[in-house]
Amino acid sequence: MTGNYGEFAVCCENITKTYPPDIQALKNIDLKVSPHQIFGIIGPDGAGKTTLFRMLTTLILADEGKATVLGYDVVNDYQEIRKYVGYMPGRFSLYQDLTVEENLKFFASVFGTTVEENYDLIKNIYRQIEPFKNRRAGQLSGGMKQKLALSCALIHKPKLLILDEPTTGVDPVSRREFWEMLQNLKNEGITILVSTAYMDEAGLCDTIALILNGEFLKIDTPKNIVQQFEPEIFSVQSNQRSKLLTDLRRLPEVSSCYAFGDSIHVTVENKKISEEELQNFLLKNGHEQIEIAKIEPTVEDCFMELSKQQEENN
Amino acid sequence: MEKVIEVQNLTKKFGDFTAVDHISFEVYKGEIFGFLGANGAGKTTAMRMLCGLLPPTSGKGLVAGFDIHTQSEEVKRNIGYMSQKFALYEDLKVWENIRLYGGIYGVPEDEIIKKTDELLKRLGFEKERNSFVKSLPLGWKQKLAFSVAIFHEPKIVFLDEPTGGVDPVTRRQFWEMIYEAADRGITVFVTTHYMDEAEYCDRVSIMVDGRIDALDSPKNLKNQFKANNMDGVFQQLARRASRKAD
Repeated sequence: MTGNYGEFAVCCENITKTYPPDIQALKNIDLKVSPHQIFGIIGPDGAGKTTLFRMLTTLILADEGKATVLGYDVVNDYQEIRKYVGYMPGRFSLYQDLTVEENLKFFASVFGTTVEENYDLIKNIYRQIEPFKNRRAGQLSGGMKQKLALSCALIHKPKLLILDEPTTGVDPVSRREFWEMLQNLKNEGITILVSTAYMDEAGLCDTIALILNGEFLKIDTPKNIVQQFEPEIFSVQSNQRSKLLTDLRRLPEVSSCYAFGDSIHVTVENKKISEEELQNFLLKNGHEQIEIAKIEPTVEDCFMELSKQQEENN
Repeated sequence: MEKVIEVQNLTKKFGDFTAVDHISFEVYKGEIFGFLGANGAGKTTAMRMLCGLLPPTSGKGLVAGFDIHTQSEEVKRNIGYMSQKFALYEDLKVWENIRLYGGIYGVPEDEIIKKTDELLKRLGFEKERNSFVKSLPLGWKQKLAFSVAIFHEPKIVFLDEPTGGVDPVTRRQFWEMIYEAADRGITVFVTTHYMDEAEYCDRVSIMVDGRIDALDSPKNLKNQFKANNMDGVFQQLARRASRKAD
Protein backbone atom coordinates (compact mmCIF):
# COMPACT_ATOMS: atom_id res chain seq x y z
CA MET A 1 0.00 0.00 0.00
CA THR A 2 1.04 3.55 -0.52
CA GLY A 3 0.44 4.37 3.10
CA ASN A 4 1.37 7.88 4.03
CA TYR A 5 2.51 9.98 1.12
CA GLY A 6 2.92 13.17 3.10
CA GLU A 7 1.32 16.44 2.40
CA PHE A 8 0.94 16.34 -1.36
CA ALA A 9 -0.55 13.97 -3.92
CA VAL A 10 1.61 15.56 -6.59
CA CYS A 11 4.78 17.59 -6.11
CA CYS A 12 6.92 19.01 -8.94
CA GLU A 13 10.10 21.03 -8.53
CA ASN A 14 11.84 22.83 -11.38
CA ILE A 15 10.47 20.51 -14.03
CA THR A 16 11.67 21.25 -17.56
CA LYS A 17 10.87 19.39 -20.76
CA THR A 18 12.11 20.31 -24.22
CA TYR A 19 11.16 18.57 -27.46
CA PRO A 20 13.74 18.71 -30.22
CA PRO A 21 14.77 20.98 -31.78
CA ASP A 22 13.79 23.73 -29.34
CA ILE A 23 10.16 23.47 -28.25
CA GLN A 24 10.06 24.19 -24.55
CA ALA A 25 6.94 22.36 -23.43
CA LEU A 26 7.52 22.92 -19.71
CA LYS A 27 9.75 25.68 -18.36
CA ASN A 28 11.03 25.13 -14.86
CA ILE A 29 7.66 24.59 -13.24
CA ASP A 30 6.69 23.97 -9.62
CA LEU A 31 3.41 22.38 -8.60
CA LYS A 32 1.95 21.09 -5.36
CA VAL A 33 -1.41 19.32 -5.32
CA SER A 34 -3.01 18.62 -1.95
CA PRO A 35 -5.00 15.39 -1.76
CA HIS A 36 -8.80 14.95 -1.79
CA GLN A 37 -9.62 17.79 -4.13
CA ILE A 38 -10.35 18.55 -7.76
CA PHE A 39 -7.29 20.33 -9.11
CA GLY A 40 -7.68 21.90 -12.58
CA ILE A 41 -4.87 22.63 -15.03
CA ILE A 42 -6.40 25.28 -17.27
CA GLY A 43 -4.98 26.54 -20.53
CA PRO A 44 -5.22 26.34 -24.33
CA ASP A 45 -3.86 23.63 -26.63
CA GLY A 46 -0.08 23.67 -26.70
CA ALA A 47 0.29 25.15 -23.21
CA GLY A 48 2.01 22.04 -21.81
CA LYS A 49 -0.90 20.26 -20.10
CA THR A 50 -0.44 16.88 -21.78
CA THR A 51 3.35 16.92 -21.35
CA LEU A 52 2.87 17.54 -17.64
CA PHE A 53 0.42 14.65 -17.34
CA ARG A 54 2.56 12.25 -19.35
CA MET A 55 5.50 13.08 -17.10
CA LEU A 56 3.42 12.50 -13.94
CA THR A 57 2.04 9.21 -15.25
CA THR A 58 5.65 8.06 -15.90
CA LEU A 59 5.19 7.82 -19.67
CA ILE A 60 7.92 10.35 -20.46
CA LEU A 61 10.92 11.65 -18.55
CA ALA A 62 11.52 15.28 -17.70
CA ASP A 63 14.86 16.79 -18.78
CA GLU A 64 15.39 18.42 -15.43
CA GLY A 65 13.74 18.66 -12.04
CA LYS A 66 12.13 16.31 -9.59
CA ALA A 67 8.57 15.06 -9.25
CA THR A 68 6.73 12.80 -6.87
CA VAL A 69 3.27 11.31 -7.22
CA LEU A 70 1.60 9.94 -4.07
CA GLY A 71 5.01 10.23 -2.44
CA TYR A 72 6.77 8.11 -5.08
CA ASP A 73 9.49 9.41 -7.34
CA VAL A 74 8.42 9.43 -11.00
CA VAL A 75 11.76 7.97 -12.14
CA ASN A 76 12.79 5.50 -9.44
CA ASP A 77 9.37 4.34 -8.27
CA TYR A 78 7.46 4.40 -11.55
CA GLN A 79 6.04 0.92 -11.03
CA GLU A 80 4.44 1.93 -7.75
CA ILE A 81 2.92 5.05 -9.29
CA ARG A 82 1.30 3.03 -12.07
CA LYS A 83 -0.49 0.89 -9.47
CA TYR A 84 -2.20 3.80 -7.78
CA VAL A 85 -2.87 6.27 -10.56
CA GLY A 86 -5.77 6.17 -13.03
CA TYR A 87 -5.10 7.95 -16.30
CA MET A 88 -7.55 8.96 -19.02
CA PRO A 89 -5.59 10.35 -21.97
CA GLY A 90 -7.00 13.03 -24.24
CA ARG A 91 -7.16 10.70 -27.19
CA PHE A 92 -9.44 7.65 -26.87
CA SER A 93 -7.00 4.82 -26.23
CA LEU A 94 -9.00 1.76 -25.34
CA TYR A 95 -9.05 -1.32 -27.55
CA GLN A 96 -11.48 -0.55 -30.37
CA ASP A 97 -11.86 -4.22 -31.32
CA LEU A 98 -12.76 -5.35 -27.82
CA THR A 99 -16.29 -4.97 -26.53
CA VAL A 100 -17.21 -2.61 -23.72
CA GLU A 101 -17.19 -5.44 -21.22
CA GLU A 102 -13.95 -6.96 -22.54
CA ASN A 103 -12.14 -3.65 -22.22
CA LEU A 104 -13.26 -3.26 -18.64
CA LYS A 105 -12.29 -6.84 -17.73
CA PHE A 106 -8.95 -6.43 -19.46
CA PHE A 107 -8.03 -3.32 -17.50
CA ALA A 108 -9.17 -4.93 -14.26
CA SER A 109 -6.99 -8.00 -14.89
CA VAL A 110 -3.95 -5.91 -15.86
CA PHE A 111 -4.18 -4.30 -12.43
CA GLY A 112 -4.68 -7.64 -10.71
CA THR A 113 -8.26 -7.04 -9.68
CA THR A 114 -11.75 -7.89 -10.92
CA VAL A 115 -14.69 -5.84 -12.11
CA GLU A 116 -16.78 -7.24 -9.25
CA GLU A 117 -14.32 -6.15 -6.59
CA ASN A 118 -14.50 -2.47 -7.44
CA TYR A 119 -17.88 -2.31 -9.14
CA ASP A 120 -19.27 0.06 -6.49
CA LEU A 121 -16.88 2.80 -7.54
CA ILE A 122 -17.82 2.72 -11.22
CA LYS A 123 -21.42 1.58 -11.04
CA ASN A 124 -23.05 5.00 -11.53
CA ILE A 125 -20.96 5.63 -14.63
CA TYR A 126 -20.83 2.10 -16.03
CA ARG A 127 -24.57 1.51 -15.65
CA GLN A 128 -25.18 4.10 -18.37
CA ILE A 129 -23.20 2.07 -20.91
CA GLU A 130 -23.95 -1.42 -19.58
CA PRO A 131 -26.84 -1.90 -22.05
CA PHE A 132 -24.17 -1.79 -24.78
CA LYS A 133 -21.66 -4.07 -23.03
CA ASN A 134 -21.42 -6.39 -26.04
CA ARG A 135 -20.73 -3.59 -28.50
CA ARG A 136 -17.17 -3.03 -29.70
CA ALA A 137 -15.59 0.07 -28.19
CA GLY A 138 -14.84 1.44 -31.67
CA GLN A 139 -18.57 1.49 -32.43
CA LEU A 140 -19.52 3.68 -29.46
CA SER A 141 -20.55 7.32 -29.68
CA GLY A 142 -18.24 9.97 -28.21
CA GLY A 143 -20.15 10.27 -24.94
CA MET A 144 -20.20 6.52 -24.36
CA LYS A 145 -16.49 6.17 -25.17
CA GLN A 146 -15.80 8.81 -22.56
CA LYS A 147 -17.78 6.91 -19.91
CA LEU A 148 -16.05 3.64 -20.79
CA ALA A 149 -12.61 5.29 -20.64
CA LEU A 150 -13.44 6.73 -17.24
CA SER A 151 -14.69 3.34 -15.99
CA CYS A 152 -11.45 1.68 -17.17
CA ALA A 153 -9.34 4.38 -15.51
CA LEU A 154 -11.16 3.74 -12.22
CA ILE A 155 -11.42 -0.03 -12.15
CA HIS A 156 -8.31 -0.51 -10.00
CA LYS A 157 -9.59 2.04 -7.47
CA PRO A 158 -6.81 4.60 -7.97
CA LYS A 159 -5.95 7.13 -5.30
CA LEU A 160 -5.20 9.75 -7.94
CA LEU A 161 -7.16 10.16 -11.15
CA ILE A 162 -5.51 12.12 -13.97
CA LEU A 163 -7.84 13.24 -16.77
CA ASP A 164 -6.49 14.96 -19.86
CA GLU A 165 -9.14 17.25 -21.37
CA PRO A 166 -12.06 14.90 -20.74
CA THR A 167 -14.64 17.47 -21.90
CA THR A 168 -13.04 18.72 -25.12
CA GLY A 169 -15.60 18.74 -27.93
CA VAL A 170 -18.38 17.77 -25.54
CA ASP A 171 -21.61 19.78 -25.49
CA PRO A 172 -22.49 21.96 -22.47
CA VAL A 173 -25.11 19.57 -21.05
CA SER A 174 -22.85 16.50 -21.17
CA ARG A 175 -19.99 18.58 -19.80
CA ARG A 176 -22.07 19.49 -16.77
CA GLU A 177 -22.95 15.83 -16.21
CA PHE A 178 -19.30 14.84 -16.46
CA TRP A 179 -18.32 17.34 -13.79
CA GLU A 180 -21.05 15.96 -11.52
CA MET A 181 -19.44 12.53 -11.90
CA LEU A 182 -16.06 14.01 -10.91
CA GLN A 183 -17.59 15.62 -7.84
CA ASN A 184 -18.97 12.21 -6.77
CA LEU A 185 -15.56 10.59 -7.25
CA LYS A 186 -13.95 13.29 -5.14
CA ASN A 187 -16.49 12.51 -2.41
CA GLU A 188 -15.29 8.88 -2.59
CA GLY A 189 -11.87 10.17 -1.53
CA ILE A 190 -10.12 10.20 -4.91
CA THR A 191 -7.82 13.10 -5.74
CA ILE A 192 -8.55 14.41 -9.23
CA LEU A 193 -6.10 16.22 -11.47
CA VAL A 194 -7.93 17.37 -14.59
CA SER A 195 -7.02 19.59 -17.53
CA THR A 196 -9.34 21.68 -19.65
CA ALA A 197 -9.29 24.44 -22.23
CA TYR A 198 -12.76 25.61 -21.15
CA MET A 199 -12.27 28.54 -18.77
CA ASP A 200 -15.84 28.27 -17.47
CA GLU A 201 -14.97 24.91 -15.89
CA ALA A 202 -12.46 26.62 -13.56
CA GLY A 203 -15.21 27.37 -11.05
CA LEU A 204 -15.90 23.63 -10.65
CA CYS A 205 -12.36 22.99 -9.35
CA ASP A 206 -11.15 23.48 -5.78
CA THR A 207 -7.76 24.78 -6.95
CA ILE A 208 -6.66 25.80 -10.43
CA ALA A 209 -3.35 26.31 -12.16
CA LEU A 210 -3.52 28.57 -15.20
CA ILE A 211 -0.94 27.45 -17.76
CA LEU A 212 0.35 29.08 -20.95
CA ASN A 213 3.51 28.50 -23.00
CA GLY A 214 4.89 25.94 -20.56
CA GLU A 215 4.58 28.17 -17.51
CA PHE A 216 2.04 28.56 -14.76
CA LEU A 217 0.52 32.04 -14.76
CA LYS A 218 -1.07 31.50 -11.36
CA ILE A 219 -1.96 28.70 -8.94
CA ASP A 220 -4.70 29.36 -6.39
CA THR A 221 -8.39 28.83 -5.68
CA PRO A 222 -10.68 30.29 -8.37
CA LYS A 223 -12.05 32.71 -5.76
CA ASN A 224 -8.62 34.04 -4.78
CA ILE A 225 -7.54 34.42 -8.39
CA VAL A 226 -10.60 36.52 -9.14
CA GLN A 227 -10.13 38.59 -5.97
CA GLN A 228 -6.49 39.33 -6.72
CA PHE A 229 -7.35 40.79 -10.10
CA GLU A 230 -6.37 44.44 -9.83
CA PRO A 231 -7.82 46.39 -12.78
CA GLU A 232 -11.47 47.40 -12.86
CA ILE A 233 -13.75 45.67 -15.33
CA PHE A 234 -16.79 47.27 -16.91
CA SER A 235 -19.37 45.34 -18.86
CA VAL A 236 -20.52 47.57 -21.73
CA GLN A 237 -23.37 47.21 -24.21
CA SER A 238 -24.81 49.48 -26.87
CA ASN A 239 -26.94 49.24 -29.98
CA GLN A 240 -23.85 48.94 -32.26
CA ARG A 241 -21.65 46.12 -31.09
CA SER A 242 -19.00 46.09 -33.79
CA LYS A 243 -18.51 49.90 -33.60
CA LEU A 244 -18.49 49.71 -29.80
CA LEU A 245 -15.39 47.55 -29.88
CA THR A 246 -13.48 49.82 -32.29
CA ASP A 247 -14.54 53.00 -30.47
CA LEU A 248 -13.51 51.68 -27.04
CA ARG A 249 -10.14 50.48 -28.39
CA ARG A 250 -9.35 54.07 -29.41
CA LEU A 251 -9.48 55.20 -25.78
CA PRO A 252 -5.95 55.35 -24.33
CA GLU A 253 -7.39 54.92 -20.82
CA VAL A 254 -8.69 51.45 -21.72
CA SER A 255 -6.03 48.77 -21.31
CA SER A 256 -7.97 46.00 -23.04
CA CYS A 257 -11.34 45.42 -24.54
CA TYR A 258 -12.87 42.11 -25.68
CA ALA A 259 -16.24 40.58 -26.48
CA PHE A 260 -17.74 38.45 -23.69
CA GLY A 261 -21.04 36.94 -24.72
CA ASP A 262 -23.56 39.69 -25.37
CA SER A 263 -21.43 42.47 -23.89
CA ILE A 264 -17.90 43.82 -24.05
CA HIS A 265 -15.52 43.69 -21.09
CA VAL A 266 -13.42 46.82 -20.72
CA THR A 267 -10.35 46.63 -18.48
CA VAL A 268 -9.22 49.86 -16.84
CA GLU A 269 -6.07 50.19 -14.74
CA ASN A 270 -5.64 52.66 -11.86
CA LYS A 271 -9.18 54.04 -12.30
CA LYS A 272 -7.99 56.04 -15.32
CA ILE A 273 -11.56 56.45 -16.54
CA SER A 274 -14.87 56.38 -14.69
CA GLU A 275 -18.23 54.90 -15.60
CA GLU A 276 -19.61 58.41 -16.31
CA GLU A 277 -16.69 59.31 -18.55
CA LEU A 278 -17.15 56.09 -20.52
CA GLN A 279 -20.85 56.84 -20.86
CA ASN A 280 -20.19 60.37 -22.13
CA PHE A 281 -17.57 59.15 -24.60
CA LEU A 282 -19.98 56.62 -26.08
CA LEU A 283 -22.86 59.12 -26.26
CA LYS A 284 -20.58 61.53 -28.12
CA ASN A 285 -19.76 58.76 -30.60
CA GLY A 286 -23.39 58.15 -31.44
CA HIS A 287 -24.11 55.05 -29.36
CA GLU A 288 -27.59 54.47 -27.98
CA GLN A 289 -29.09 52.08 -25.42
CA ILE A 290 -25.78 52.22 -23.57
CA GLU A 291 -25.47 49.98 -20.52
CA ILE A 292 -22.35 50.10 -18.37
CA ALA A 293 -21.84 48.13 -15.17
CA LYS A 294 -18.80 47.52 -13.02
CA ILE A 295 -18.48 43.76 -12.64
CA GLU A 296 -16.43 41.07 -10.92
CA PRO A 297 -13.91 39.52 -13.31
CA THR A 298 -14.30 35.93 -14.47
CA VAL A 299 -11.41 33.45 -14.50
CA GLU A 300 -11.25 34.04 -18.25
CA ASP A 301 -10.69 37.79 -17.69
CA CYS A 302 -7.89 36.90 -15.26
CA PHE A 303 -6.33 34.46 -17.73
CA MET A 304 -6.31 37.10 -20.46
CA GLU A 305 -4.78 39.73 -18.19
CA LEU A 306 -2.14 37.32 -16.86
CA SER A 307 -1.26 36.17 -20.37
CA LYS A 308 -0.70 39.79 -21.36
CA GLN A 309 1.71 40.16 -18.43
CA GLN A 310 3.52 36.99 -19.49
CA GLU A 311 3.96 38.40 -22.98
CA GLU A 312 5.31 41.68 -21.60
CA ASN A 313 7.79 39.88 -19.35
CA ASN A 314 9.21 37.73 -22.13
CA MET B 1 -32.78 39.86 -48.45
CA GLU B 2 -30.80 37.39 -50.54
CA LYS B 3 -31.07 33.84 -49.28
CA VAL B 4 -27.83 31.86 -49.27
CA ILE B 5 -29.24 28.72 -47.68
CA GLU B 6 -32.82 27.52 -48.11
CA VAL B 7 -33.77 24.24 -46.51
CA GLN B 8 -37.18 22.59 -46.50
CA ASN B 9 -38.04 19.41 -44.62
CA LEU B 10 -34.49 18.15 -44.98
CA THR B 11 -34.28 14.61 -43.60
CA LYS B 12 -31.60 11.96 -43.31
CA LYS B 13 -32.25 8.41 -42.20
CA PHE B 14 -29.66 5.73 -41.52
CA GLY B 15 -31.70 2.51 -41.56
CA ASP B 16 -34.56 3.14 -39.17
CA PHE B 17 -32.67 5.86 -37.32
CA THR B 18 -33.66 9.41 -38.28
CA ALA B 19 -30.54 11.51 -37.75
CA VAL B 20 -32.04 14.69 -39.21
CA ASP B 21 -35.80 15.00 -39.00
CA HIS B 22 -37.55 17.44 -41.37
CA ILE B 23 -35.57 20.59 -40.67
CA SER B 24 -36.48 23.85 -42.43
CA PHE B 25 -34.70 27.19 -42.24
CA GLU B 26 -33.15 30.00 -44.25
CA VAL B 27 -29.87 31.84 -43.89
CA TYR B 28 -29.29 35.28 -45.44
CA LYS B 29 -26.34 36.93 -47.15
CA GLY B 30 -23.79 38.32 -44.71
CA GLU B 31 -25.44 36.67 -41.74
CA ILE B 32 -23.54 34.91 -38.93
CA PHE B 33 -25.65 31.85 -38.26
CA GLY B 34 -24.91 29.72 -35.18
CA PHE B 35 -25.80 26.03 -35.53
CA LEU B 36 -25.97 24.51 -32.05
CA GLY B 37 -27.02 21.23 -30.54
CA ALA B 38 -25.88 18.54 -28.14
CA ASN B 39 -23.53 15.78 -29.33
CA GLY B 40 -25.62 13.35 -31.32
CA ALA B 41 -28.43 15.85 -32.05
CA GLY B 42 -27.73 15.65 -35.79
CA LYS B 43 -25.60 18.75 -36.43
CA THR B 44 -22.78 17.00 -38.25
CA THR B 45 -25.15 15.02 -40.47
CA ALA B 46 -27.08 18.20 -41.35
CA MET B 47 -23.88 20.07 -42.07
CA ARG B 48 -22.54 17.28 -44.29
CA MET B 49 -25.72 17.42 -46.34
CA LEU B 50 -25.46 21.20 -46.69
CA CYS B 51 -21.86 20.87 -47.89
CA GLY B 52 -22.89 18.40 -50.60
CA LEU B 53 -21.06 15.50 -48.95
CA LEU B 54 -24.09 13.39 -48.06
CA PRO B 55 -27.31 13.02 -50.08
CA PRO B 56 -30.50 13.67 -48.13
CA THR B 57 -33.13 10.95 -47.74
CA SER B 58 -35.87 13.47 -48.44
CA GLY B 59 -36.50 17.18 -48.42
CA LYS B 60 -34.86 19.98 -50.32
CA GLY B 61 -31.88 22.22 -49.82
CA LEU B 62 -30.36 25.07 -51.81
CA VAL B 63 -26.88 26.28 -50.84
CA ALA B 64 -25.31 29.22 -52.69
CA GLY B 65 -28.09 28.76 -55.25
CA PHE B 66 -27.38 25.08 -55.97
CA ASP B 67 -29.41 22.01 -55.13
CA ILE B 68 -27.53 19.94 -52.54
CA HIS B 69 -28.96 16.72 -53.98
CA THR B 70 -28.57 17.18 -57.74
CA GLN B 71 -25.74 19.76 -57.88
CA SER B 72 -23.48 18.67 -55.03
CA GLU B 73 -20.28 19.37 -57.02
CA GLU B 74 -21.36 22.98 -57.65
CA VAL B 75 -22.21 23.31 -53.96
CA LYS B 76 -18.70 22.14 -52.99
CA ARG B 77 -17.06 24.61 -55.36
CA ASN B 78 -19.05 27.55 -54.03
CA ILE B 79 -18.59 27.10 -50.31
CA GLY B 80 -15.67 27.34 -47.91
CA TYR B 81 -15.11 24.87 -45.07
CA MET B 82 -12.95 24.83 -41.99
CA SER B 83 -12.92 22.69 -38.89
CA GLN B 84 -10.60 22.50 -35.95
CA LYS B 85 -9.74 18.91 -36.77
CA PHE B 86 -9.02 19.41 -40.44
CA ALA B 87 -7.78 22.66 -41.80
CA LEU B 88 -4.23 22.91 -43.10
CA TYR B 89 -1.45 20.54 -44.13
CA GLU B 90 1.15 20.71 -41.37
CA ASP B 91 4.00 19.49 -43.59
CA LEU B 92 3.42 22.12 -46.25
CA LYS B 93 4.69 25.67 -46.02
CA VAL B 94 2.35 28.59 -45.51
CA TRP B 95 2.45 29.64 -49.18
CA GLU B 96 2.07 26.01 -50.31
CA ASN B 97 -1.14 25.59 -48.33
CA ILE B 98 -2.57 28.74 -49.90
CA ARG B 99 -1.46 27.58 -53.37
CA LEU B 100 -3.01 24.14 -52.82
CA TYR B 101 -6.41 25.37 -51.65
CA GLY B 102 -6.52 28.14 -54.25
CA GLY B 103 -5.88 25.50 -56.91
CA ILE B 104 -8.47 23.08 -55.54
CA TYR B 105 -11.10 25.80 -55.69
CA GLY B 106 -10.10 26.75 -59.24
CA VAL B 107 -8.65 30.19 -58.58
CA PRO B 108 -6.46 31.13 -61.62
CA GLU B 109 -2.69 30.92 -61.07
CA ASP B 110 -1.92 34.63 -61.48
CA GLU B 111 -4.71 35.53 -59.11
CA ILE B 112 -3.40 33.08 -56.50
CA ILE B 113 0.02 34.75 -56.64
CA LYS B 114 -1.42 38.24 -56.28
CA LYS B 115 -3.89 37.32 -53.55
CA THR B 116 -1.28 35.36 -51.59
CA ASP B 117 0.79 38.53 -51.20
CA GLU B 118 -2.27 40.52 -50.14
CA LEU B 119 -3.34 37.88 -47.67
CA LEU B 120 0.05 37.50 -46.01
CA LYS B 121 0.31 41.25 -45.70
CA ARG B 122 -3.13 41.63 -44.18
CA LEU B 123 -2.40 38.90 -41.61
CA GLY B 124 1.09 40.27 -40.89
CA PHE B 125 2.50 36.86 -41.91
CA GLU B 126 4.95 38.03 -44.62
CA LYS B 127 7.92 36.63 -42.68
CA GLU B 128 6.20 33.26 -42.33
CA ARG B 129 5.65 32.70 -46.05
CA ASN B 130 8.21 29.87 -46.13
CA SER B 131 7.55 28.48 -42.64
CA PHE B 132 6.05 25.04 -42.26
CA VAL B 133 2.53 25.26 -40.88
CA LYS B 134 3.41 22.86 -38.06
CA SER B 135 5.88 25.42 -36.69
CA LEU B 136 3.20 28.12 -36.30
CA PRO B 137 1.43 28.83 -33.00
CA LEU B 138 -2.11 27.44 -32.89
CA GLY B 139 -3.72 30.87 -33.02
CA TRP B 140 -1.87 31.73 -36.23
CA LYS B 141 -2.88 28.44 -37.79
CA GLN B 142 -6.52 29.17 -37.06
CA LYS B 143 -6.32 32.59 -38.67
CA LEU B 144 -4.54 31.20 -41.69
CA ALA B 145 -7.01 28.30 -41.97
CA PHE B 146 -9.94 30.69 -41.96
CA SER B 147 -8.31 32.95 -44.57
CA VAL B 148 -7.62 29.93 -46.77
CA ALA B 149 -11.22 28.73 -46.41
CA ILE B 150 -12.49 32.05 -47.82
CA PHE B 151 -9.60 32.59 -50.28
CA HIS B 152 -11.85 31.85 -53.28
CA GLU B 153 -14.45 34.28 -51.92
CA PRO B 154 -17.26 31.81 -51.46
CA LYS B 155 -20.79 33.00 -50.74
CA ILE B 156 -20.78 31.01 -47.57
CA VAL B 157 -18.24 29.48 -45.24
CA PHE B 158 -18.97 26.55 -42.91
CA LEU B 159 -16.99 26.58 -39.67
CA ASP B 160 -17.17 23.40 -37.60
CA GLU B 161 -16.05 24.15 -34.04
CA PRO B 162 -13.32 26.46 -35.30
CA THR B 163 -12.13 27.68 -31.90
CA GLY B 164 -11.88 24.50 -29.79
CA GLY B 165 -8.84 24.57 -27.51
CA VAL B 166 -7.75 28.04 -28.61
CA ASP B 167 -6.66 30.55 -25.94
CA PRO B 168 -9.20 33.22 -24.94
CA VAL B 169 -7.50 36.16 -26.66
CA THR B 170 -6.99 34.31 -29.96
CA ARG B 171 -10.57 33.03 -29.82
CA ARG B 172 -11.82 36.61 -29.72
CA GLN B 173 -9.47 37.75 -32.46
CA PHE B 174 -10.80 34.89 -34.54
CA TRP B 175 -14.35 36.14 -34.06
CA GLU B 176 -13.28 39.59 -35.13
CA MET B 177 -12.13 38.00 -38.41
CA ILE B 178 -15.54 36.36 -38.71
CA TYR B 179 -17.20 39.76 -38.32
CA GLU B 180 -14.98 41.26 -41.04
CA ALA B 181 -15.88 38.44 -43.42
CA ALA B 182 -19.59 38.90 -42.69
CA ASP B 183 -19.23 42.66 -43.26
CA ARG B 184 -17.78 41.86 -46.69
CA GLY B 185 -20.96 39.89 -47.44
CA ILE B 186 -19.72 36.34 -46.75
CA THR B 187 -22.31 34.29 -44.91
CA VAL B 188 -20.90 32.43 -41.91
CA PHE B 189 -22.43 29.15 -40.73
CA VAL B 190 -20.75 28.13 -37.49
CA THR B 191 -21.00 25.37 -34.87
CA THR B 192 -19.53 25.82 -31.41
CA HIS B 193 -19.67 24.40 -27.91
CA TYR B 194 -18.77 27.78 -26.39
CA MET B 195 -22.06 29.35 -25.39
CA ASP B 196 -20.55 32.84 -25.15
CA GLU B 197 -19.81 32.52 -28.87
CA ALA B 198 -23.46 31.76 -29.54
CA GLU B 199 -24.09 35.32 -28.37
CA TYR B 200 -21.88 36.66 -31.17
CA CYS B 201 -24.16 35.21 -33.86
CA ASP B 202 -26.96 37.15 -35.57
CA ARG B 203 -29.26 34.15 -35.26
CA VAL B 204 -28.90 30.79 -33.62
CA SER B 205 -30.62 27.47 -34.22
CA ILE B 206 -30.61 24.70 -31.62
CA MET B 207 -31.06 21.08 -32.70
CA VAL B 208 -32.60 18.50 -30.38
CA ASP B 209 -33.13 14.87 -31.47
CA GLY B 210 -32.69 15.70 -35.16
CA ARG B 211 -35.13 18.62 -35.18
CA ILE B 212 -34.59 22.36 -34.92
CA ASP B 213 -36.37 23.20 -31.67
CA ALA B 214 -35.44 26.89 -31.54
CA LEU B 215 -34.30 29.48 -34.05
CA ASP B 216 -34.01 33.19 -33.37
CA SER B 217 -31.61 35.95 -32.38
CA PRO B 218 -29.77 35.29 -29.10
CA LYS B 219 -31.68 38.19 -27.54
CA ASN B 220 -35.09 36.83 -28.47
CA LEU B 221 -34.15 33.31 -27.40
CA LYS B 222 -33.05 34.56 -24.00
CA ASN B 223 -36.37 36.39 -23.61
CA GLN B 224 -38.35 33.41 -24.81
CA PHE B 225 -36.66 31.00 -22.40
CA LYS B 226 -36.29 33.56 -19.61
CA ALA B 227 -32.55 32.87 -19.43
CA ASN B 228 -29.68 35.23 -18.56
CA ASN B 229 -27.41 33.81 -21.23
CA MET B 230 -27.32 31.33 -24.09
CA ASP B 231 -26.04 28.58 -21.81
CA GLY B 232 -29.34 28.83 -19.93
CA VAL B 233 -31.27 28.53 -23.20
CA PHE B 234 -29.17 25.58 -24.35
CA GLN B 235 -29.47 23.68 -21.06
CA GLN B 236 -33.27 23.96 -21.10
CA LEU B 237 -33.57 22.77 -24.69
CA ALA B 238 -30.95 20.03 -24.68
CA ARG B 239 -32.30 18.48 -21.50
CA ARG B 240 -35.54 17.78 -23.36
CA ALA B 241 -33.68 15.34 -25.60
CA SER B 242 -34.93 11.78 -25.45
CA ARG B 243 -32.18 10.51 -27.74
CA LYS B 244 -29.18 9.32 -25.74
CA ALA B 245 -26.93 8.44 -28.62
CA ASP B 246 -24.04 10.34 -27.16
